Amino acid sequence: MQHKFLIHKKGDHVGVAVAEIAAGEVVTGVFMDDGSTIQVRANQNIPFGHKVAIQAVEPGGVVLEYGVPIGQAPRGLAVGDYVHTHNLKSLRWAKS
Amino acid sequence: MSAELFGYRRPDGRVGIRNHVIILPVDDISNAAAEGVARLIPGTIPLPHHYGRLQYGADLDLLFRTLIGTGANPNVAAAVVICIEENWARKVADGIACTGKPVAWFAIEGHGDLETIARAARQAKEFLQWASELRREPVSVSDLLVAIKCGESDTTTGLASCPTVGWAVDRLVEMGARVIFGETSELTGGEHLIAERMATPELREKFLRVYRDYVDEIERQGVDLLGSQPTQGNIAGGLSTIEEKALGNIEKTGTKPIVGVLGPAEAPPPDPGLYFMDTSSAAAECLTLQAAGAVAHFFPTGQGNVVGHPIMPVLKITANPITARKMAEHIDLDVSGLLTLELSLPQAGQQLLELLYRTVNGRLTAAEALGHREFVMTKLYRSA
Repeated sequence: MQHKFLIHKKGDHVGVAVAEIAAGEVVTGVFMDDGSTIQVRANQNIPFGHKVAIQAVEPGGVVLEYGVPIGQAPRGLAVGDYVHTHNLKSLRWAKS
Repeated sequence: MSAELFGYRRPDGRVGIRNHVIILPVDDISNAAAEGVARLIPGTIPLPHHYGRLQYGADLDLLFRTLIGTGANPNVAAAVVICIEENWARKVADGIACTGKPVAWFAIEGHGDLETIARAARQAKEFLQWASELRREPVSVSDLLVAIKCGESDTTTGLASCPTVGWAVDRLVEMGARVIFGETSELTGGEHLIAERMATPELREKFLRVYRDYVDEIERQGVDLLGSQPTQGNIAGGLSTIEEKALGNIEKTGTKPIVGVLGPAEAPPPDPGLYFMDTSSAAAECLTLQAAGAVAHFFPTGQGNVVGHPIMPVLKITANPITARKMAEHIDLDVSGLLTLELSLPQAGQQLLELLYRTVNGRLTAAEALGHREFVMTKLYRSA
């Protein structure tokens, strides 16, 4: 297995780790819609099943996964950032 | 693709894949008698639950619909109904008897548990021996009513186990089967995707009304949902928001138009296709509502939900390799090869269909073998 993360759809801001990723590691992701690949350098450790940013997001910007908004990033995201509840907030149930 | 399937065709024409004789208490205080009968007649299945007294209005209607739907389910050959009072015992028994299957009812008041157990056990023994001579006969995929729900989701469910179910659901619908999904509040963030797939504008309106009512009810509680949605298990598994959880959840509904919007525990019409049912997203509550009709269940899980149901076989599918290894006894199908790209989606979906067919033909699911028999009423509001 060459890849360490998968991306649902072209245009998504995040991919999902399918192996443990270490900070500083350069890892390959595969787009599930067309099989193309992308490489990013992880800024933090990213556990199995957790998300990595593959596109930068402006502070307050909407984050796409599956081609659909999954929330917003209040402080923005840089490529390679670990993305989870600390930097990604629901747009729907404001308290979650 | 064709499969040799064998099921139990009931007097009303519906097809079951199990041949259970159930002991069904109408209310909480009849559980002891129902369990007493099942201890004396070990081949029967008791369905204890927590409610049934002083319910009223829509909440009472839902209790009756759930109990009658469960007894009427074609996985049930015959039913013994036990209630503290005669009138509701008769009401539930009559509802089940509309299917033409054998039903008997017993009221405890004026007799006590022990006499009731003795009388009901004699009847249960007769039903069990009668049911043991029923034979499976050839049936087709179009005879099946399959329900779907995911639980303890994580990102692997959205990447792989839910898409596997979605692939299988599309094939089942193409072959003329009926499929039910639910989890109203867990569509949040993707409800527009479901609304767009409704077969008619009327259904779209109906769905959006049902969805808004459920979310309004949650929001009226004015509580912080953090810790509930997504759950702690979801968050540990990498899901960050309700939207992300919902989009993974929706993957399992496949791509077909949605041909009906059902109330909780409402049986779908005979027309094939994919149906939405208004349900809680709590596993046992949702499955109990779906089992008021469905004969088999696809349950994708990420972190490892272990739920089962007394009369509806539940097939567990996971793509999380850690769950597949550490909770192997609960998992019917491991599709973690989708994450390593060693397995294609059609391959995984085909494996699931083949497992469904074996389950139809009698293979016990992990949840059945482990004795998971969760039967949990959905309560709409406090009893009087």
